[in-house]
Amino acid sequence: MTAAPPADPAWADAVWAATLLAVDPQGLGGIVLRAGAGPVRDRWTKLLHGLLPARTPWRRMPSHIADERLLGGLDLAATLQAGKPVAQRGLLAECDGGLLLLPMAERLGSDTAARLARALDDGEVGTERDGIAQRWPARVAVVAFDEGRNDDPPLPVALSDRLAFHADLSAVGLRACGDADHDVAAVLAARARLPSVTLDEPFAQALCATAMRMGVASLRASLLALRAARAAAALHGRHAVNEDDARLAARLVLAPRATTLPAPPEPPPEEPPPPPESDTPPPPLNEQDVQELEERLVEAAQAALPAQLLAALLNGEVARSGGRVGALSASPRSGRPVGSRAGLPRGGARLNLIDTLRAAAPWQRLRAAEAPPGRQRIHVRGSDLRIARLQQRAATATLFVIDASGSSALHRMAEAKGAVNLLLAECYVRRDQVGVIAFRGKGAQLLLPPTRSLVRAKRSLAELPGGGGTPLASGLQAALVTALQVRRSGAVPVVVLLTDGRANVGLSGAPGRSQAEADALQLARQLRAARLGALVVDTSPQPSPSARALAQAMGAPYRALPHAGAAELSAAVRALPRQA
Amino acid sequence: MALAFPFSAIVGQDEMKLAILAAAVDPRIGGVLVFGDRGTGKSTAVRALAALLPPMRALVGCRYACDPADRAPRCDDCATLKSAARPKTHLVPVPVVDLPLGATEDRVVGALDLERALTQGVKAFEPGLLARAHRGFLYIDEVNLLEDHLVDLLIDVAASGENVVEREGLSVRHPARFVLVGSGNPEEGELRPQLLDRFGLAVEVRTPTDLAQRVLVVRRRDAFERDPEAFCAEWHAEDERVRKRLVAARKHLDQVRVDDAALEQAARLCMALGTDGLRGELTLMRAARALAALDGERAVTDAHLQRAARPALRHRLRRDPLDDTDAGVRVDRALQEVFAP
Repeated sequence: MTAAPPADPAWADAVWAATLLAVDPQGLGGIVLRAGAGPVRDRWTKLLHGLLPARTPWRRMPSHIADERLLGGLDLAATLQAGKPVAQRGLLAECDGGLLLLPMAERLGSDTAARLARALDDGEVGTERDGIAQRWPARVAVVAFDEGRNDDPPLPVALSDRLAFHADLSAVGLRACGDADHDVAAVLAARARLPSVTLDEPFAQALCATAMRMGVASLRASLLALRAARAAAALHGRHAVNEDDARLAARLVLAPRATTLPAPPEPPPEEPPPPPESDTPPPPLNEQDVQELEERLVEAAQAALPAQLLAALLNGEVARSGGRVGALSASPRSGRPVGSRAGLPRGGARLNLIDTLRAAAPWQRLRAAEAPPGRQRIHVRGSDLRIARLQQRAATATLFVIDASGSSALHRMAEAKGAVNLLLAECYVRRDQVGVIAFRGKGAQLLLPPTRSLVRAKRSLAELPGGGGTPLASGLQAALVTALQVRRSGAVPVVVLLTDGRANVGLSGAPGRSQAEADALQLARQLRAARLGALVVDTSPQPSPSARALAQAMGAPYRALPHAGAAELSAAVRALPRQA
Repeated sequence: MALAFPFSAIVGQDEMKLAILAAAVDPRIGGVLVFGDRGTGKSTAVRALAALLPPMRALVGCRYACDPADRAPRCDDCATLKSAARPKTHLVPVPVVDLPLGATEDRVVGALDLERALTQGVKAFEPGLLARAHRGFLYIDEVNLLEDHLVDLLIDVAASGENVVEREGLSVRHPARFVLVGSGNPEEGELRPQLLDRFGLAVEVRTPTDLAQRVLVVRRRDAFERDPEAFCAEWHAEDERVRKRLVAARKHLDQVRVDDAALEQAARLCMALGTDGLRGELTLMRAARALAALDGERAVTDAHLQRAARPALRHRLRRDPLDDTDAGVRVDRALQEVFAP
């Protein structure tokens, strides 16, 4: 072991995570590393690679990988050569026993994430595709590089939940990077020791309790923390987990998942928790000791909370970990295959090879008899060619931008909520995504990122606070940013703005009617320039000229709430142009 | 296949375990949907069930593993086999078929056998996953991520009990009666009402919030992963008890009485909740009967109806987008009204 030069704590933690991951890749699942492509990330990646034994599979997976390459399927070249179906392993099976690298993991769709999650759970991959039914071992660990900026959605929870470590190198400079203390030999020794490392009951209890106090709901996190503690003990040449190991695990696994600041310790329960009936009797443990241990673990985890997260937690702003509805493809030539039809693969149409083979199959004997002998194994003719029929799944995402200011809130808020609720029911039927943005006081807030979950949409609406000034421009700006994000993810954004149009807070957050209105109109024109489908619903008691002017600047249809029934509103939303 | 986590070692989640057992006792209940938080053992429970089921008798050589006791031949294989003087039978494990994400339609419904077509020029049908699931269970993890066209197909087959294949010049029909088991996370998106309605029972699972229980879950899971053999051996006796209970319940399911008073209560409950159609009442009655059979009792009582009501009716309430109340709570409220002394 060499003495490490002074390094950034974030870098040091990322190195710890890499080392523990090298010790128990399959058990720990992997790591989410928030870092853009660059020398720091390259250095970390190289370091991780260096910690792994030679010939460990090490593969990169593009986020748009097709199922047949991920899961495996029919090997077309070999099939044609052999004249009978030959299966081909997918990337997951090829990577068995190794690490799978995911650049741009934040762009991963939830369907691909679910496939990875299944492989992580089962340690094998099953494919039922293209006439191939097979299972291959696929014990992989995943290194997901989250290259998202602050406003991008995080990677799918189904995946990140299964990866033990979440590290952040986005703020680390190259000069702050140190070296690793461990080498392959240490990792190999630790791997050999790992199966015999024990973990005493107090540590298990303290880690679970720490997770609970930091608001980490998923039980998988606790389990991963246990394993991380074991890997740490193995690395340090111990046969039992000690407090340092548990602290390290709490810091690396639990802290980045925190959703609440740990509450002060509860008073000791009157009765010790009932011992599990059928498990091995736990060693008599001192209640006091466990409590103290738990305190120290919470402290260790808390110390590792990133500053940003800490600030957000103090404001009570961390969103409940939400799922993300599938990122959808935007290109008109892509989509989900929904069968095939006879035709020639031109003009961008994709050949469906399997169905082509199937179409040719019944004729093989006849054609072989006709053809000159020995020339080819399989006879495929033009009439056999089948092209894939693709279906666009580009869903619509309706963004509700709601004026929650005092002027609106007093009497119109309830009606606006009612109108949105009715539109929500429509969205549910169409399986659209919905997002909610509210603006009041000094700025706008994205209450609900686009989701397909009706429950969450309704919850966010019910919790919508009201009162304060009308920062209309900020609301429009938030709408623009979110709508463009939605468009990047492949869905079609539609903005529904509910306001009385009486802006009185400017973009800078300063009050003043004239500046506020100028800002609002300016942004309205930006929305128009971005060619977003939009609808302005006037919520003032009498139709207001300012809302009408706003609609005009946005190039959006205008409806006044008192006159527009729910049916008319939803018809207006449906009639909006849907440009991707 | 690796060892499955023992069914009886699953901590808590009683409603889910009970619903899965009830669906295994009476396939006519129509399957279970398990919706809820991540990492609560949804898939674990379903896979554990596979290890629990007693084997079934099937005709040797039938690709659909048809029941020899079935009089009328249901598939082409059986028609040929049964014409023989004494068709041979054997015991096979009850299939619990996993529908992997990314499965293509040809593997689900079955398609032209490519190998035989290419090498021998024979037009033969290669059965798909639906055929393999006949008389067993079809498990769909992350059911809300399933492609829409596959969902439509499954709904149709699950309802009719028969798979009709018309593709690539093939025209095949074969029996496909299976219990549909789905699991998913509501945050990934909601399920289409048509598919929701196909599941007989629906349960919601939550991450336990009690520390002792959480420690127990983590401990058991950890013990299982470190030494699966020893862990399964430890729980073998317990699993065996559940298996016996299941077998006994199946055996005397038909003898469980449902008297008019119970039927009336079920109808009253469904009326109070305003569920659409008769499917709710029917499922409630069947589920209550399965619970009675599991308890080893001879008649359905109010207690069974009350326990069955939540999973049987929760997902059948008319959806009011303006009403936020949890469906389970609404069922509870109706239960209190109807069963008030």
